[in-house]
Amino acid sequence: MVKYFLGQSVLRSSWDQVFAAFWQRYPNPYSKHVLTEDIVHREVTPDQKLLSRRLLTKTNRMPRWTERLFPARVAHSGYILEDSIVDPQNQTMTTFTWNINHARLMVVEERCVYCGNSDNNSWTEIRREAWVSSSLFGVSRAVQEFGLARFKSNVTKTMKGFEYILAKLQGETPSKTLVETAKEATEKAKETALAATEKAKDLANKAATKQQQQQQQFV
Amino acid sequence: MNSIGEACTDMKREYNRCFNHWFAEKFLKGDGSGDPCTDLFKRYQQCVQKAIKEKEIPIEGLEFRGHGKDKPENSS
Repeated sequence: MVKYFLGQSVLRSSWDQVFAAFWQRYPNPYSKHVLTEDIVHREVTPDQKLLSRRLLTKTNRMPRWTERLFPARVAHSGYILEDSIVDPQNQTMTTFTWNINHARLMVVEERCVYCGNSDNNSWTEIRREAWVSSSLFGVSRAVQEFGLARFKSNVTKTMKGFEYILAKLQGETPSKTLVETAKEATEKAKETALAATEKAKDLANKAATKQQQQQQQFV
Repeated sequence: MNSIGEACTDMKREYNRCFNHWFAEKFLKGDGSGDPCTDLFKRYQQCVQKAIKEKEIPIEGLEFRGHGKDKPENSS
């Protein structure tokens, strides 16, 4: 799941002033969260465009409730790369910025296009798009789906259990597994044997009593 | 603004001074040739790339994405 942002801003300065300022904007009173800034790649292309890669490190400010969930993450600063193309012939600049760590938690990508304002030559327009995504959405969906699947399986067991006990109570022979049948057969055999022994004992006793009675009669 | 390598901050400042001048006075005015800052840049880069390796920052092999979100189109 990706959250999309689209915005437009205007700077009341000409494009060349803005492009020059772009390389000098750190530090400023609003950038206390930016810790370091470095150019790590730069080249002028054959068609006179300037390609640059800037590495920024920023503090990783997150709300308090995340500290318990992601204690390791909070400690480490964020590394951000900003790739840019300055095209002086067309008076445009394009930037693409994204985080290269903490990505398992969240990825934020931003694309900006700077160009001269069509209504006012001495102004600069910035068209800004951003994509915020988190694989944690995937994890929470997986947990939900697992929970639902397990619940459905338990419902099946519940209904089977009900059918089983109802059949038993109503004196029907419920259908059983082979293991259960074998087990019960063994038990039943034991009972039968025991019953037979008892009956035999009983009959023997009865016979003995009758013999005694007959003997007494003859005396 | 500090460099990620503490030892590189001065080199960065020197390079930036040179770059900012060339960028505003030459490059933006259509004269992109003859970059006078290449030596300063080399010195600065040696320092900062070393610091990046030491801190194990994973910037190795990442494709340039200045063109935007989609696969880079042919720019002409």
